Amino acid sequence: MTVIPFDKKYLYEKRAKVMPMIQAKNLWKKYGENVVLERMNVSVNAGEFITMVGTSGCGKSTFLKMLLGMESPSSGELLLDNKPIRSEPDQSRGIVFQQYSVFPHLTVLENVIIAREFEHSPLLGKLFGSQKRKVVAEAKALLESVGLTHAINRYPHELSGGMKQRLAIAQAMIRQPRILLLDEPFGALDPGIRADMHQLILELWREHQLTVFMVTHDLSEGFYLGTRLWVFDKLRHDNQAPGAYGANITYDLPVTRRKSEVPTELQTIVQDSRDF
Amino acid sequence: MKRLINLTPSKPLKLLLGILPFALLLVVYLVASDARLAENANDKLLPSFAQMGDAISNLAFEPSKRSGDYLFWQDTLSSLYRLSLGIFIAAILGFTIGILTGAIPTLYSPIAPLLTVISLVPPMALLPVLFIVFGLGELSKVALIVIGVAPFIARDIQRCTQEIPLEQLVKAQTLGASTWQILVRVLIPQLLPRLINAVRLSLGAGWLFLIAAEAIASTDGLGYRIFLVRRYMSMDVILPYVAWITLLAFLVDWLLVKLSTKCFPWHYQLTSK
Repeated sequence: MTVIPFDKKYLYEKRAKVMPMIQAKNLWKKYGENVVLERMNVSVNAGEFITMVGTSGCGKSTFLKMLLGMESPSSGELLLDNKPIRSEPDQSRGIVFQQYSVFPHLTVLENVIIAREFEHSPLLGKLFGSQKRKVVAEAKALLESVGLTHAINRYPHELSGGMKQRLAIAQAMIRQPRILLLDEPFGALDPGIRADMHQLILELWREHQLTVFMVTHDLSEGFYLGTRLWVFDKLRHDNQAPGAYGANITYDLPVTRRKSEVPTELQTIVQDSRDF
Repeated sequence: MKRLINLTPSKPLKLLLGILPFALLLVVYLVASDARLAENANDKLLPSFAQMGDAISNLAFEPSKRSGDYLFWQDTLSSLYRLSLGIFIAAILGFTIGILTGAIPTLYSPIAPLLTVISLVPPMALLPVLFIVFGLGELSKVALIVIGVAPFIARDIQRCTQEIPLEQLVKAQTLGASTWQILVRVLIPQLLPRLINAVRLSLGAGWLFLIAAEAIASTDGLGYRIFLVRRYMSMDVILPYVAWITLLAFLVDWLLVKLSTKCFPWHYQLTSK
């Protein structure tokens, strides 16, 4: 008899570990008559790195926006820790957009400490004295980890595209979100700089045990970075009414294989999206 | 021969071309004025520069026989005071309304249509109403400038607020900002240079309303003076006054540009790219 509580505890622990962080249950998204996503059922555990590819207009960005809280589901449920995800952006989910992510009127340092200022100064949104020194030290350490130490007093317009995205990432990390959302963050960067950014994002992902969702147009980037790759596509087509059916995740691949082993039809889908 | 659209004048030529129209106008005026004065020394229509100088030095450096004031400076001070007060109030009012309606949809819905209609009312047509309600004193003149300029500034700032990329507002929210904090730290600082721009654009209208109000009911001011001396056909006062008003308008505009580039360097880098 005395063994049972122990057993139960073990079961609870096991379930907690397995319980998915994010779940979509029969999720639909429509804009008027136009169905963007339909019948999405998927679950994601904490610590996964999901990369999402697909043709443009296939709903991967819409799904990202729903995770962010910019859009809400038309029907079905999107759950975070078994509760409906908040339908407004908040500090539990960090975001890096392709552009316009940083504040142009603030220097690099100010762009990062502003997050702490929002947190600690509800009225002025600005910190002074010792409080400020503390967050400046924290921000400087963070900026060092993304390699921007030499540029902390510059304005965003004085930075290159790669440096701007480094700043956007540092900014997204300072409030220590559990989920990091990336909307084609490296789409506008040169290949060499992209490779550096890949290392940076992988380091941050490991170090902070983030759950990452990343939309990308680049299949090899998706395979290289992700632990799991989703391909969004429409399963049903009606040529008379292109908006009648929505997209879904057509391939959900654990990233263990090489790109050459990817089914050929998948390669053509993704090829289309890159030509876009 | 290159196409005309590909020909750009060199720097010194550009300067010369810029000065040329001014010089031409000046020469035409001098010639015409000389011709008329040679025919009739009492001609008032095109006074010589000496006559204008005399008239202005009378107004600027000799106390008025009636009140003992130096009229030129008195006029300038009164007009600048009314204009700056009016524009200042309009800027604060317009900025507040513009930013709130631009940023908060619940305020946009009730206020924006009203604002559009108000901005379509010709302010000059309201001048009689202002005179009736506020009397003939300073208040009605300042009120005319405010009524004429504030809706324009409000709509301009509203549009600029809506043009700020949504990404920035979302980013601020993911950093934990409240509506108030977004206003204070993200929107207001980015819209201040836009406000200076809007003020610059509305100063022309501001001068118009000022001079009109002074012309109709006033006892001093630049607009009052030129409309007063019109009765005596004193072109020797009117022309220098007009030039002086133009110079003042130019200086105010120049100061605003300087202020803006000094305070908001990031804005100019942004727009030049």
